[in-house]
Amino acid sequence: MTMNRISEKVTKSQIWRSIFRHRFSDTSRNRVLTVVSNFFLHVHPPKVHRTGLRITHTFCLGGLTFYMFIVEVVTGVLLMFYYRPTVEYAYLDMRLLEHSVKFGVVMRNLHRWAAHAMVILVMMHMLRVFLTGSYKPPREFNWVVGVVLLVLTLLLSFTGYLLPWDQLSFWAITVGTRMGGATPFLGADGPFHSVLGIRPDNDVRYLLLGDTAVGENALLRFYVLHCIFLPLAATVLMLVHFWRIRKDGGISHPL
Amino acid sequence: MGIEEKKLDDVYRDEYAFVLPDLVIKEAIAVIVASIGLLLWSMTVNAPLRSIADANKTENPAKAPWYFVGLQELLVYFDPWIAGVTVPTLIILGLMLIPYLDVSKSGVGTYRLRGRKAAASSFIFGFSMWIILILVGQFLRGPNWQFYWPWEDWSVAKSAEETLVNMSQWSGMGLLALYFGLGLTLPKLLYRKFLQKMGVARYVAAVTLVLLMYGVVVKIILRLAFNVRYILVTPWFNI
Ligand code: HEM
Repeated sequence: MTMNRISEKVTKSQIWRSIFRHRFSDTSRNRVLTVVSNFFLHVHPPKVHRTGLRITHTFCLGGLTFYMFIVEVVTGVLLMFYYRPTVEYAYLDMRLLEHSVKFGVVMRNLHRWAAHAMVILVMMHMLRVFLTGSYKPPREFNWVVGVVLLVLTLLLSFTGYLLPWDQLSFWAITVGTRMGGATPFLGADGPFHSVLGIRPDNDVRYLLLGDTAVGENALLRFYVLHCIFLPLAATVLMLVHFWRIRKDGGISHPL
Repeated sequence: MGIEEKKLDDVYRDEYAFVLPDLVIKEAIAVIVASIGLLLWSMTVNAPLRSIADANKTENPAKAPWYFVGLQELLVYFDPWIAGVTVPTLIILGLMLIPYLDVSKSGVGTYRLRGRKAAASSFIFGFSMWIILILVGQFLRGPNWQFYWPWEDWSVAKSAEETLVNMSQWSGMGLLALYFGLGLTLPKLLYRKFLQKMGVARYVAAVTLVLLMYGVVVKIILRLAFNVRYILVTPWFNI
């Protein structure tokens, strides 16, 4: 059988046609159908303004930020198979990942470097959106959603930083959360803390760490925030972000 | 060319392009390039893993993750409630307010900054400051958060001796009043249209936020040039 005959057979089979409900001959109609009848492609409209297509308009920064997030989800789930968030095992599991898990090191490296890349990319994305004036009406609210996404991205990175439970992570989180203790009114070291009767064992830092210092409870809290709460929150907001791009008239372009 | 084909041609030529293939192919290329880059990075450089966490063995310097090191760097110049809490809160709030404070309609969808000089220069200034503080904190700070050039040896201790002075009550209050007083009125006097276009609420909010941002730099300069520790000392907090 020739290639054509085979592809004919495949694309005319019941299985194929149950998945793809249109033909692939190059017509405008099929180009539109491919996009709107595919769950993943239909984040896009069938056609976009040519300004948004230019690489130098977006540098694909938002898209790449999203891609880094996907990489994080995939590698993160794989890492979860090998990681136990307790003071007893966390560090040991990181070492085991190095020595007895196939591709464990690469998996961990991918997760770490993609996280850094995501932070850098989201910063650059914000800069690009600002410089192209893309926060102006009607896109104001999507900029606000973006700022929340920026904060979530930083928090995702920060909570993950503690999990290896080595000296670097322990002291970085100790230094980082110490600042929380300086919150006015709500932190035990902050100004006006006595107004509300705030002490080291009931301030915001205690809420975050589950203790007065980084330890077992902080590790568990950061783990749950890192693996469940923050990714879920980020996912929901990204969906809103993408939906709003279209509701606000697509990628910005000069009128 | 038949009429049908000509029509199709027009469809291709308008200012809107089909997502498939024009956009999807670019996304695919971006993903492939990013994946290759990420894989190469991950196969050549290992994520750091030091010895196991030990609450009794302080790291010196103990650095926050790099994206927060800018705030940590501000701890040199400000008390923790400003550097670690107030500044980040104001940054987040200020960023969120940008679309509501910037009333200029020009420059949408293009990198041309004409007609939005004030907004653009403030944002670019703040963004650069963010990067610079991160770079200084990450690469130029050694033990005890002392300043070290990259070629300097960390094991050579630097003297932490620095005689810092506080500004007197009156000069401190005077400086703050002058800074914010002039800061709030000058833009109005120099560019009368600012206030007109923005309305009072927007004007006050925007100018205050920008003044606070530049204020961080003012304090840094006061500290580096005149060894000023606090501009204002009160029984409850110091600035
Ligand atoms: C996790 C973080 C984020 C993700 C995954 C994300 C993703 C995206 C994507 C895919 C786009 C389409 C255009 C492009 O690729 O540039 C976009 C556009 C946009 N983003 Fe984000 N973004 C994030 C964070 C932010 C932040 C921090 C801001 C601003 C503070 C922001 C504001 C916007 C705005 C206003 C648009 C519309 C741009 C236009 O119309 O040209 N986003 N975002």
